[in-house]
Amino acid sequence: MPEGRVDAALRQRLEELESKHGDTVRTADIAEVVESMMATLKGDVSGADLAIYAELESLARYIQQAKIEIAHLRPDQVKEQYLPAAADQLDAIVEATAEATHTIMDATETIEGVMENLDGKNSRKLMDATTRIYEACGFQDITGQRITKVVKTLKDIEERIDALVAAFGSEIEKVKAEQPEPEEKEEKKDSGEVLIHGPQLAEDAKSQAEVDALLASFD
Amino acid sequence: MAVDMNMSILVVDDYKTMLRILRNLLRQLNFSNIEEASDGADALKMLRKTSIDLIISDWNMEPMTGIELLHEVRSDDKLKHIPFIMITAESKSENVIAAKEAGVSNYIVKPFNAETLKSKIVTVLGDF
Repeated sequence: MPEGRVDAALRQRLEELESKHGDTVRTADIAEVVESMMATLKGDVSGADLAIYAELESLARYIQQAKIEIAHLRPDQVKEQYLPAAADQLDAIVEATAEATHTIMDATETIEGVMENLDGKNSRKLMDATTRIYEACGFQDITGQRITKVVKTLKDIEERIDALVAAFGSEIEKVKAEQPEPEEKEEKKDSGEVLIHGPQLAEDAKSQAEVDALLASFD
Repeated sequence: MAVDMNMSILVVDDYKTMLRILRNLLRQLNFSNIEEASDGADALKMLRKTSIDLIISDWNMEPMTGIELLHEVRSDDKLKHIPFIMITAESKSENVIAAKEAGVSNYIVKPFNAETLKSKIVTVLGDF
């Protein structure tokens, strides 16, 4: 087996990859190196070489299969649709709880205003109750901070998926071409599947007045 | 020494809800002079313009955090005497130690109640 020639060719390709990508090498490039290694092994090979050849061929097939399977998971969809939708829902929770908390505090401040006109005992009772309401309103601050952390984590995941999409771009394009996406959003709205998705975001939701007007249009 | 209930208290938090909760609880404790800032940088500007007697600050804020504000306050000759209470959900030992080393006067862990708020103010300023 022409060992020196194989090593030199491979070494050159590996050095090229290292200088281009550093320690991070695309799986497509790994597969290419393995394939080129197998190509150079053809010819004068021993039994041991054949075993290595088979192993490498299996490795190349494994990498190719993994690429296809990952591409079928559609990481581009996860990045472009699912993660932003999840982040929007979480932001809506923070916004809604903040709004509700302020409404509770508006009402509590009104009670405090009325409290000033009451006698000592009743006033003290109401004061204790309003204090407990203010204390309980602290939940919004804690849940808000926790949800903000989750949103940041989703953004980190999005960045990592972005790298995955970049690495598997060509495979993903192939999968998209093979399985064109239906116009998902419209279909879901028409089929009523939207019901299982829970409350709509404020910008997508119809107001009570709009719903009333819609119902009235049937009369 | 009795606490002056007209003393100025600066409350610093980036959550409007928490600012309002603290303002209301402090009002119920009979403090009437309460200022608000939305982060450390905002607080620092206010501290350099207004006379403040007590700072109650959150830790997690952007662009300037509570611990950064504490460092700034303690390294400023005109501000370093002001009592500083950190009020935060960050309750790990290393956070408490970092705050203590930076010169915090006391430390309240969220969620907190009015009694805890009062007792920490009493510890820092004296009874009222």
